[in-house]
Formats: sequence, structure tokens, C-alpha cells
Amino acid sequence: MLLTVIYLLASVSFILGLKMLSNPASARKGNLIAAAGMGLAILGTIFLYEESDGTKLGNYGWIFGGLIIGTVIGTLAAKKVKMTAMPEMVSLFNGMGGACAALISITEFNHLAETLHQPHDVQLGEIFPASAAYSAWVGKSIVILAGLIIGSVSFSGSVIAWGKLNGKIHDFAFKGQHLINGLLFLVLLGLAGWIAGVYENANTTVFYVLLILSLLYGVFFVLPIGGADMPVVISLLNSFTGVAAACGGFLYNNKAMLTGGILVGAAGTLLTILMCKAMNRSLLNVLIGSFGGHAGGVAAARAQGNYKEISLSDTAILLTYAHKVMIVPGYGLAVAQAQHACHELEKLLTEKGVEVKYAIHPVAGRMPGHMNVLLAEADVDYDQLLEMEAANEQFSNTDVVLVLGANDVVNPAAKTDPASPIYGMPILEVELAKNCIVNKRSMKPGYAGIENELFFQPKTSMLFGDAKKVLEAISTEIKNL
Amino acid sequence: METLLEKIALHQDYIYIVVLMIFLGIEVIGRVPSVLHTPLMSGANAIHGVVIIGAIIVMGKADPSNYLALGLGFLAVILGTLNVVGGFVVTDRMLEMFRHKQK
Repeated sequence: MLLTVIYLLASVSFILGLKMLSNPASARKGNLIAAAGMGLAILGTIFLYEESDGTKLGNYGWIFGGLIIGTVIGTLAAKKVKMTAMPEMVSLFNGMGGACAALISITEFNHLAETLHQPHDVQLGEIFPASAAYSAWVGKSIVILAGLIIGSVSFSGSVIAWGKLNGKIHDFAFKGQHLINGLLFLVLLGLAGWIAGVYENANTTVFYVLLILSLLYGVFFVLPIGGADMPVVISLLNSFTGVAAACGGFLYNNKAMLTGGILVGAAGTLLTILMCKAMNRSLLNVLIGSFGGHAGGVAAARAQGNYKEISLSDTAILLTYAHKVMIVPGYGLAVAQAQHACHELEKLLTEKGVEVKYAIHPVAGRMPGHMNVLLAEADVDYDQLLEMEAANEQFSNTDVVLVLGANDVVNPAAKTDPASPIYGMPILEVELAKNCIVNKRSMKPGYAGIENELFFQPKTSMLFGDAKKVLEAISTEIKNL
Repeated sequence: METLLEKIALHQDYIYIVVLMIFLGIEVIGRVPSVLHTPLMSGANAIHGVVIIGAIIVMGKADPSNYLALGLGFLAVILGTLNVVGGFVVTDRMLEMFRHKQK
């Protein structure tokens, strides 16, 4: 009885937490509320859960052992991870949840198969009408199989997404991959249907084949999708895991799992679509249009030309005597951990009477909001951050734009070149400013793997080097002026 | 057809929960600003860690002589805990930085 109330409280805390998480002022509190609800649900399950026949849970040593190991590793990993590697970490944690759901399904299926194959249970059919036993079996096995497939896909997909984000795994696509993925998906459905449809088929061999194929499907599903689109994929896999958790809710008649899982499944799907909208693309376009593979040819051939370099001292002079400077941060800034150096430079320029603003593209960096988080870490004033629309209105009266390791989000090809894979994505129109200084480590193309004609425009100067070192050097130059 | 209708009637409370939760999930985050997309994703990620409840039940029910079930359940509890704890801590760390800038 008490446990039911606890689960109810947990469900409410999830809804409330999610609601508060979507508002900047209450987000942190929302997270804590959801965490508290979760803690309550976990403790309640351990101590109050009863089977329908009244037996309590055992194996407390194992349960607490697992909880402690998971807590220690999880806390350490989450605390130690650098802000730049946050999206990878989220992806990995999501994969763990998927794997957890899959493991539950494996254990429950084995259990189900054992009870079915035990001779005395043949009487089951005599006690109940055969049809009732059969329909119970179908219902239960569908839920188990759905949890297995969705959980495994989410797990292997998340691991691939993790590997792509930290550069361990590269984009990989071959001809007809979508066809093979489609076939594999049909095979998965067919096998699952066959296991669930036939009463005697509590066949563990086929079940494990299904497990392996599901894992494989997750790999194939994520591999061809471009690294720049990983946040969208992670968000999608996140909602998958939500559905997998909900399957567990059906299996155990557990309403906390059910509400939490479905809630995340629905919210995650919407969030995925919102993220795609921020990039002005459709979800289908993200999933099917593999970046890089076919895109390179057209754009790369065209965008060759001469670019000019600018020295550190010239940059310092240009910045100091400007009226208005706009800084465009990108992934390069994040990799170099240059947010503090950037803030230093900004303070220095402000002291000299220069108006400094930051232009934040919604998908700059590796995840939406990435830049806001980093700059907030460096104590950059909130009022100085301009969202894309506001920034685009101001570029025409900006003297100098300083692009720090951003590439695709300032690529004019998104507006001008229908052949470009990023065509249609809203960009920061930095080419409207009087001068544009682009800091990059080299001329290598950005994450989408396409050339940027901005670099070859007459108003643009290139400043090569690690963002942090370059910014510190500029600051020194300005002090010496 | 008859049996399908019977099934729906039998499980109607679950069906209601699912349908209502789908609408609620969409409604609740409908107006999230893009700045919060990542923390929200991360927070949602932690919430689906509720699958840990299933892992605890599997672990707790496992026959102490069935090493396969014990092993799988143990692994499931560890992974589920990682999802929950890691998810909430990472989200909190992200949001901590947002609070900074509002001062």
C-alpha cells in the first residue's frame, strides 16, 4: 500500500521535474526534485516490494553492492568529465539505461522459458482455458521482446554516438545501407513476432539471435549519421530508452516505471524534433542524409581560393580601435578550454571602450546550449550573449567579428548553395560585418566535412592557432599597446 | 476483434496512463528555450533511469543458486544506477553554471 503511494509521488516528481527543467529559473530545482523522487522509488522498491504471493525481495547484498558500485562510478564520472565532453557522457549514461532494460528482458525471458518448459506447468493449460494462457504469454513476451529490442538498440547506438563525439569512431556509410537497415528492422520484427506468436517457442537460441541483431541494428542505425548530428541522435535514443523503461513498467505492473518511461519517451521525441528545428532540418533528413559521404565533392571543388592571414599584433590593433566587436564562439573554443581567456580579452576590450558582444548560434559547439554553458562557466555576463536573430541584426554595424573555432554555423553556403548539405540551416551572417577574423587551428573543414567560402572572402582574415593561446597572446599584445 | 476489445477494456487504466503521459510529456516541455535543450535532454535521461526499479526487482527475485540470473541482475543494477546517479549529477553540473550567469 505504502509502495503505491511512493510510486505515485515518484511519478509526480518526474512530471514536476521535467516541467521545471524547461524553465531556466527553476531548472536546477526541477532536477533535484526528480532525483529525490527517484531515490524514494528506489528505496521503496528495495524494502517494500512484494510479489503477488507476498514474498519479499532477497539478495540485499547484491542489490546494495550494485547500487554502491554504480553510485560511486556514476558520481565520479559525472563530476570528473570536462564540460566539453558532456554530450558524450549523457550518451553513455543513456546507453547504460538501455542496457539495463535489455538485461531485465533477458532475465525475465529466461525465467519465462524455464517455467514454460517445466513439466508440471503443462497443467497450466488444464487449469486455465488454453486461450487465456496463450494470450497471457503473448502479452508478456511482447513486452519482454520490445524491452529487449529497444533497450539493445539504444545501448549500442549510444555507444557509437559516444565514440563519434569523442572522435574514436568515424562516419561510415556504404551504398545501400538504408536498404540493409530496413531489412534488418523487418527481420527483427519478424523474429520477435515469431517468438511471441507461437506458445511453445520460448526458444532461448532465437531470443539471443534477436539480441545480437538488435545490437547490430543500433550500430548500423547511428554509424551513417554525421557526427554534427549526434545531439539529435542522442536525444532520439534517449526517448527510445524511455520506451524501454516503460516496457518494464508493463512487465511488473509498475506505474512509476510506466509514467517515467512514457513521459521521457514523449518529451524526448518532441525535444528531438525541436533540436532539428533549431537547425532548420527535418528528423528524417538528419537520419537519412549522411553528412560528409556525398557532400564533399561539390562544395570542396568550388570553395578553393586564396585566404589571407593576419598577425597577432594586427589583430590586437584592429580589435582595440574598433567600436563594436562581436565574438562568435564555436567548438574550437570549447576544445581549447578558452572560455576564460576569451572573457579576459573581452574585459580588456571593454576597459578600452570597445563594445563587445557574443553571438551564440543555437547549435554552436557539439550540443544546443553548449556555448552558453561554457561562457557562463567563465562568468561572462548574460546580457552580452546575443541569440542568433539579435546578433544577425547587429552584424552590419559591427566593426570586427572574431570567430573562435566556429565553422559550419558561419558558413554562407547554408544560404547560397542549394547543393550544400547544410543548405537551409540558419547561420550567423558574419560576412555582413566590416572585418572578420577567423581563428582556427588549420584550414581543415569543420565537423560537417564541408569547405567554408567565408574563409576566402576579401573581408576575412585567418588567424591560425589554438584558441586559448591565441586569445592570451592577443590580450598581451593589447596590454602592450 | 471481440478479444481485442476485451483486452482493451481489461487494461484500460494502463492505456489511459500511456495516452495521458504522451500528451503530458509533449505539453510539459513544449516551450523550452533552445539554451536548455541539452540540460533537459540530460534530465530526461536521468528520469528514464527509473528502469533501475525493474533491475532491483529482477535482482531481488533471483534464485541465489541461479548464477546467470544473479550475474545479469547485478550488472543491470549497476548499469541502472549509473544511468540514474550519473544522469542527475551531470544535469546538476550543467545547471549549476546556468545559475551563475543569472546573478
